[in-house]
Amino acid sequence: MKKSLSIIFLLIIFSIQIYNVIAIQRFPKPEFESGHTQPPTLTPSPRAQALDILDVFVLAAALSIVSWLVIKKRSRKGVFWMSVFAVLYFGIFREGCVCSVGSLQNVTLALFNPEYSIPLTVIAFFILPLVYTLFFGRTFCAGVCPLGTLQDIFALRPMSIKSWLEKVLGVIPFIYLGLAVLYAATGTDFIVCRYDPFVGFFRFEGTFMMFIIGGLLLLIGVFIARPYCRFLCPYGALLNLVSRFSRKHITITPAECINCKLCEDSCPFEAINKPVVLKDKEEKPIASRRFIFISVIIPLLVLIGGFTASQFHENLAIVNPKVRLAKELINNTNYGEPNEEAFEITAFKSAGQSKEELYKEAAEITNQFYIGGWILGGFLGLVFGFTLLSLSVFRYREDYTPNKGTCISCARCVDYCPVLPEDRSL
Amino acid sequence: MAKKEKKKKLNRRDFIDRGFRFSIGAGLVGLSGLLAKKSFSNEYVWQLDPEKCIQCGRCATECVMTLSAVKCFHVYDMCGYCDLCGGYLRPGVKKLTTAAENQLCPTSAIERKFIEEPFFEYHIIEELCIGCGKCVKGCNAFGNGSLQLQVNHRLCDDCNECAIARVCPADAFERVPADNPYKFSGNSKDETKKS
Repeated sequence: MKKSLSIIFLLIIFSIQIYNVIAIQRFPKPEFESGHTQPPTLTPSPRAQALDILDVFVLAAALSIVSWLVIKKRSRKGVFWMSVFAVLYFGIFREGCVCSVGSLQNVTLALFNPEYSIPLTVIAFFILPLVYTLFFGRTFCAGVCPLGTLQDIFALRPMSIKSWLEKVLGVIPFIYLGLAVLYAATGTDFIVCRYDPFVGFFRFEGTFMMFIIGGLLLLIGVFIARPYCRFLCPYGALLNLVSRFSRKHITITPAECINCKLCEDSCPFEAINKPVVLKDKEEKPIASRRFIFISVIIPLLVLIGGFTASQFHENLAIVNPKVRLAKELINNTNYGEPNEEAFEITAFKSAGQSKEELYKEAAEITNQFYIGGWILGGFLGLVFGFTLLSLSVFRYREDYTPNKGTCISCARCVDYCPVLPEDRSL
Repeated sequence: MAKKEKKKKLNRRDFIDRGFRFSIGAGLVGLSGLLAKKSFSNEYVWQLDPEKCIQCGRCATECVMTLSAVKCFHVYDMCGYCDLCGGYLRPGVKKLTTAAENQLCPTSAIERKFIEEPFFEYHIIEELCIGCGKCVKGCNAFGNGSLQLQVNHRLCDDCNECAIARVCPADAFERVPADNPYKFSGNSKDETKKS
């Protein structure tokens, strides 16, 4: 009888202990006799939210000031000092995040992923520069964007590059934009942030590759002004499109252009449209035949682009960690690690999701990439088509005018114009 | 009359421009409306879920900060104040002393303080902690799991996309509302919520 009682007693103790193991409280909380009090767990609070609201105000103020400096005051000096301010405030003080360039990914993610709710400040950082661009041209690029202004300060010995090269390289931002949207929409990665070349300079720390790419871009930027803005920036591609229809825009001359050619080489970004002499115009039948031909092949280009990109959907999808994990599990490759089990696989096993569920999820994501590939390819086909079309359009021009798309409103050309404004009050 | 004159000045090019301008403007307004509807006025910050964490050690190396913003936090409320601490001492040490070779922490960032027989209190020296999670693993294996990795928000730069989240094998990093920025596991949950 006693024996059985003791066994029951032991069983009860064991069951309590097993219960404790599940709750991970293996050892009880001590009760101190010496009156020692347990210190609290320190939880340092994040950056105050008021500062984020301040950031939005500073952004709006900076945009207004730069727009005023560019459109009304026509002052290169003012824009330069605003760029220094932008590097100091948006770059070094705010340490680069969130920036408008990166925010386009947050916006995409918010549109495609119902679970992600986007903070209001991020919306402001995305929308405000676009709105200002719609009214005043790319004043954001001129003196507010820390990435652009940093390069602008380094543009010391700008050289001109061939216009065909400029056109070809000018397509890259659209490819980058398309990829950034694809990867953000599938919730895979924010590639624009991942390959942000300058954020390391603002924080004075970063990975080695970041400094190499950033330093290289700045070095190139000494000779070819703003390489990132012109040939990479996906947000710049958006602003380029919007700026073409801007209500107001910087003008080189305050009054009437006198064709003195003084401003001809003043633009480091090749964004000045030169006057076109009428005799340069091609014979009409050839030009219009080419125009019609290109217009007809644009839908074809869209289809070809879509088909090609969709064929690479598996290569695009492998960046997604879930797709990668599924592939590693199917092939039993263990992430190429010969000795130990890869962390990803350990984590997957401890998370308790079944393999079938993971494969289903991965297949779904891959399918999203297939659809996304069609859209991406179609978009790129459209971009190529319109680039070709714009090359074959002849537009008669008498004056030197800024190219509203590629002009970033830095106001350098203004100082070269000898014409005085007719009416000072204007 | 003046209005009519203005209308006459409008050529085809301007008309097209204006049309595009208004449609882009309307698009932007629509987009911001759509986003604002989905928006959450709070900012988000990055935090890691200790229940998903497998202590792989990537937090120590992948953060954009040169000393990772991920640190070990001690949830005192869960601690058993053990003498033989699985988070402090390396397993299988020959002598139970506080000598450096006996410590699990590679930077000696855990300070051990005698309270009363048989209890010891362990403090994390934040400046020394590199966020490798070795002690967390030890504490989870042998103790109560009171040592937990968390993003220290005083140090975190709050990148738009966290560099550690990108490589975290357990997918433990997530965006949490900035007004409740810590995510401790276990029975400490209610305590931290209260405070």
